[in-house]
Amino acid sequence: MTTISLKAAVLAKNDSLAAALRADLAAVGAIAVNLLSSPGSGKTALLELLLTRCGELGVAVAALTGDLATENDAKRLARSGAPVRQVVTDGLCHLEADMVRDHLAGWLPEGTRLLFVENVGNLVCPASYDLGESLRIVLACVTEGEDKPVKYPTAYRWADVVVLTKVDLTEPCAFDDAAFTAAVRDVNPDVSIIRTSARTGQGVDEVLELILSRVPVPPP
Amino acid sequence: MHELSIAHAIVGTVADAVPGRRVERVRLQVGMLAGVVPEALQFGWEVTTAGTLLEGSVLDVERIPLAATCLDCQAPSTHDAPPPLTCPDCGGRALPADDGRTLEVLSVDVADEVEEAHR
Repeated sequence: MTTISLKAAVLAKNDSLAAALRADLAAVGAIAVNLLSSPGSGKTALLELLLTRCGELGVAVAALTGDLATENDAKRLARSGAPVRQVVTDGLCHLEADMVRDHLAGWLPEGTRLLFVENVGNLVCPASYDLGESLRIVLACVTEGEDKPVKYPTAYRWADVVVLTKVDLTEPCAFDDAAFTAAVRDVNPDVSIIRTSARTGQGVDEVLELILSRVPVPPP
Repeated sequence: MHELSIAHAIVGTVADAVPGRRVERVRLQVGMLAGVVPEALQFGWEVTTAGTLLEGSVLDVERIPLAATCLDCQAPSTHDAPPPLTCPDCGGRALPADDGRTLEVLSVDVADEVEEAHR
């Protein structure tokens, strides 16, 4: 018997596919944004508003949306007028970089500058997988309680931006915003937190501005 | 529960690194914020390795403690639990100082004879 030292990253294959995707998108002046949250916390509602707003601003946008089953979200998002494609995972609890690559191949409209990838609703598994995004937005919802970030530390640790959704329900839910902020800081000390409501539209432009600030400026 | 996907990735990583060798033991390092539950990984190990050269192998999982720094006294510390973290020196609030994301096959024990590869 021989001991062989490997020091090999388990997700190296996914990570290198993700890096290749990021480079391919950068080569055409585009970025991907990975949206991650628990089921029902408002990813699709926020995305619907972001896609619609991009349309109004003339930003060439597209979206992939992941679910275990159904094409419901793709149909809902398509109302924004943006090109949308459903990724049905057939029960798999997260998206991986190869699934994103395969669904983009031959589909991503030319000239797209911004690609949203709405992950499967799950705060555990998707956190481990780089999908080639340049920005990872992790949502939390006031109805979920203040301590979500410390209950799911991996997901919030790796967020580039935390978006708090459904803030119009802050009072009825007796949601303690200061406690939530402290819980975010416990796992991700410097991340920015944006408060939104899909119902009132609060914060949506702020999220979009931050995203658009990451899209590379096309050469003159 | 993505540990089955992770287990498949471990099997692939090992098979690529030591092709054709029967594997007896796999040593895995898992950070506190890697998002992987060692017990769930063990649960899926037998199923995932069945019919591969890793069949019957032992999976040793070592958890890598999380490094942190105290907000109050700046003392460094290590933790065997995810945040929220408390400084062991002064009881203040400590924040993670490293990524906690390690998920690595450190080493493998392989049989000395090379077998016909069958996966």
